[in-house]
Parts: sequence; structure tokens; C-alpha cells
Amino acid sequence: MRNTFANAFYEIAKRDPRLFLVVADISPVASAAAFQKEYPERFVNVGVAEQVMVGVAAGLALRGCIPFAYTIATFTIYRPFEQVRVDCCYQNLPVRLVGIGGGVTYSTLGGTHHTQEDIAIMSAVPNMSIIAPCDPAETIAATHACIQVPGPVYLRLGKAGEPDLTSQAPEPFQFGKIRFIKKGRDACIISYGPITKMGVDLAQKFEEATGRSMAVVSAHTLKPLDREGIGSILSSYPLVVILEEHSCVGGLGAQVKQIAWDVRASCKLKAFSLQDKFIHFYGSQRELWAAHGLDEDLILSELENS
Amino acid sequence: MRRNLGKDSDDTFILSKGHGSLAQYVVLEELGVLKTEELDKYCKPGGHLATHPDYGLPGIEASTGSLGHGLGLAVGMALADKVQKKDRAIYVVMSDGELQEGSIWEAMMLAPTLGITRLVGVVDLNDFQSLGQTSKIHPNFYPVLDKVRAFGWEAIEVDGHDASAIYKAVMSGSGRKPFMLIARTTKGKGVTYMENVPIWHYRSPSPIEYQQAIKELESSAA
Repeated sequence: MRNTFANAFYEIAKRDPRLFLVVADISPVASAAAFQKEYPERFVNVGVAEQVMVGVAAGLALRGCIPFAYTIATFTIYRPFEQVRVDCCYQNLPVRLVGIGGGVTYSTLGGTHHTQEDIAIMSAVPNMSIIAPCDPAETIAATHACIQVPGPVYLRLGKAGEPDLTSQAPEPFQFGKIRFIKKGRDACIISYGPITKMGVDLAQKFEEATGRSMAVVSAHTLKPLDREGIGSILSSYPLVVILEEHSCVGGLGAQVKQIAWDVRASCKLKAFSLQDKFIHFYGSQRELWAAHGLDEDLILSELENS
Repeated sequence: MRRNLGKDSDDTFILSKGHGSLAQYVVLEELGVLKTEELDKYCKPGGHLATHPDYGLPGIEASTGSLGHGLGLAVGMALADKVQKKDRAIYVVMSDGELQEGSIWEAMMLAPTLGITRLVGVVDLNDFQSLGQTSKIHPNFYPVLDKVRAFGWEAIEVDGHDASAIYKAVMSGSGRKPFMLIARTTKGKGVTYMENVPIWHYRSPSPIEYQQAIKELESSAA
């Protein structure tokens, strides 16, 4: 995703001189290196100084530019939170805040480098939009889409190695709309970000084990959340499953439950999220998910009995 | 803050110490940018002027009030102007207490690195902040001048109540570095019972105190 984003950014920035890349001491990967070489005046490394990374990005936006502030997710939005809230959101400026390694991607780096609560925090700030693509193709689409958004955008990305999930999707990417990436009749799993891969695998295993079909939906735009699309799923599927690499507090699961109440949904609704606890466990990203209960086999056995 | 709205060539003014907004509002009104009726609705329902200035109002180029934001925004604006080859200066007024925000020093470090030259910072150095004298709260912070210079800026200290000295100092900049004016001021200048008394950072005068203040200010202006 990181390289895919860099390549997509480079292609857009070549044609659009409003784009700037503002980084905080993070090495430019893939085409970001080419961008730095070819357009050095629009590549800014502020050093280890995330407050001014976001402040400068907002200043550029005040002059009509479209800056992408880019570093590891926790440093993109947590360290400079007030610059995000006041400079970007309160002034409603088109700053794109790119968070690499969202969730627990940096699984062995410890809790200082995890963003388990970023969707909740960014969702709570007025004017902010949030996109969390599930695979490289959605990352390209999301990068293009966020150029058009008039206000600030938090682009929550994974890092590397995410497989293709959407090239055969029956519906295209559209900002602000959920998207079926696999059709199904009897159950529907809604996810976002790289953990959507587990959702796709779960759907296949669920179908094999139960003979029931399961749809998979990418809710790539977490804000504005497609309440209508989610409400429609809650009204038409007997079993709806939320799977997310985010705390159970204030993420997609919690928001879908609110929508379910509003639409008086009668379906079974299962939300699988990270726990409201810091993770003091080290291993692969999947092993960290499992440590918080996001284990494919465990979830499958629970769904088989639903 | 712009005299003529919408012109790319105009200079930019950011009041980073946004709590001084009343001074900015009356200047904007004097320049005809803000309507007098707006001043009458200051901090009232239906009005648009708050204790801290909001981006989007005529003449207000950034929302400030949370300290430590203005200089970073200004560096971004100056960078855009440099890349887009627009010749305009950016003026940012900060308070000395505000310099305790780390974000100011992040911006201070970055501006010369980016080759920003059309940026003028002004520090309102009145040696007071909410809880007392700045030089007593952080004694090692003074003098400020050498620290700013150490970060790669040109810097001059002048009497902040002397408009002519301010003008001359700013004009004396070489134009090769960002420029910081350290303006020594007296908090509450011109009103005897307010001068260097920290409570007037917060307090509103009673009708009697108000009359006395106006009388003193008018007599000193005469």
C-alpha cells in the first residue's frame, strides 16, 4: 500500500502543481523518491517535527495547495493532534493526512507505534473525512478520490504485502459509499483496511462450512460513513458481521450498532474488533490480532453457530 | 489581514497571539475591511467576532488563539509563495509566553532550512504571561534574541511602543533570512492601574475603571 500510494501520488503530482509531499523524517519509498528528485521544491522533509509538518501543510493549503502530510499513522495524527484539529479541521482545509501502518501493522514496534483508536478520534472531529482502503487498487482509487474532497482527509494505510481483493469486485470505488467486493445472500461481512483480507477468507470458509453464501463489503470511507448503504445491509441480511483492526470503542462496529438501532434492524449483528486495551504482545500483525480475539478460526466457529 | 482582499500581491498578517484580537478588529475596521456593525456584535449572538479570530472573516487569514500555531502556518504560506514565485511578505505576531510552545521552535528551525526569506515574526515581549512574569517562570529563556539568531534568523530587539523604530528595524533586514523583531513592550501600557499587573490579562474593567482608562489613553494620545 505504501508503494502504491507513492506511485499514485507521483502520477497525480506530475500533472497537478498544487500537490506537495510534507514528510517527517520518513524515507520516500517507490515513486516518492522520484518525486523528491524531480520536484524538490514540492517535497518537504520537516525532520522529526510533526507539529510543524501539519502546520506547514495547513499553511500550504491556505495558499491553495493540496499538501499530503505523510508519516507513520501514530505520528501523523496523535503527536500533532491539535494542529490536525485546529489548523486542518477547524479551518476546513484540504490537507491530506497520510498514516502509514495504521492499526497494529507495526506489530513488533510496540504500542507506541500502534493506532488502535484513530478512527474513533478522527471521526469525532468535525470536517474530517477518513478513508481506509483494503488493498492496493483501493489505495490508488482513494488517493485520487481524496484530491476532490474539499476539506481534510485522513488516509489510513497499511504498509506492504496487502493482496488484491478488489480487481474482480462487482462495484467500483466511490468516496462516501460502501462497496460490495463479493456478493452473497445469507450473510454480509463489512470491513475496511488490510484486515478485509481476513473477511474475504472467512466468507469463503463460512460458505464451505455452512452452505450459506456470505457477501463482503469494503467500508473504505469511514467518514462520511455510508449510513444508507449500511442501513440497507442491516435490513436485508439475517446475519451482519463487522470486522475491524480498531478498538471496539468508536470504530465501525460501534457506529454500525448505532445505525442498527436507528433503522430498527432485526438481524443478528456481530462485531469483531480489537479490545479496549493496549497490546503488550509481540509477533506478526496476525498474531497481534489473534491476541485480541481477531482469530480467523475463532470467528468462523462463532459465525457457524449464528 | 489584508488591506485589499483577494489580491495575491498583498502581504499577510497573522495574529498568532489570537487573544489580542480586539486590536486586530479595530485596525481592520479602520481600514474598512470589517464593518463597524460587526464590532458592535463582538462576542454576541449574530456576530462573527470572537475573543479569538476565525479564518474566513474579512481580513482574518488564520484561526488563532491556541498558542503556537501561527508561525507553522506562516512557514507553509511562505513556502507556497516561494514555490509559486509570489512576492509577498508574511507578518506573524507572537507573545513571549507563546514562545514556550515547542511548535514555535519547530517552525523556527524549519523556516531557514526551507530558505524562507519573506517572513517577519514579531514577539510582543512584555515579560508577562497568565501566572506571572515570564522571566521568573523561565529565567533561562532570556535573552530571547540570541536563541532566535541561533536558529538561523536575523533578529533585532527594539522598543515595541516605538512605531518608527519597529519600521526601521524590519526594513533593515537583509532579505536573506527570516526576520524576527523582538518588541519590548509594557503590558497594559498607558493605563496606570493596568501596567505590568498580570490580572489584566483576564479582567474586564468596571464602568468606572473603563472611564479612567479611556481618560488616560486619550490624554496620552493628545
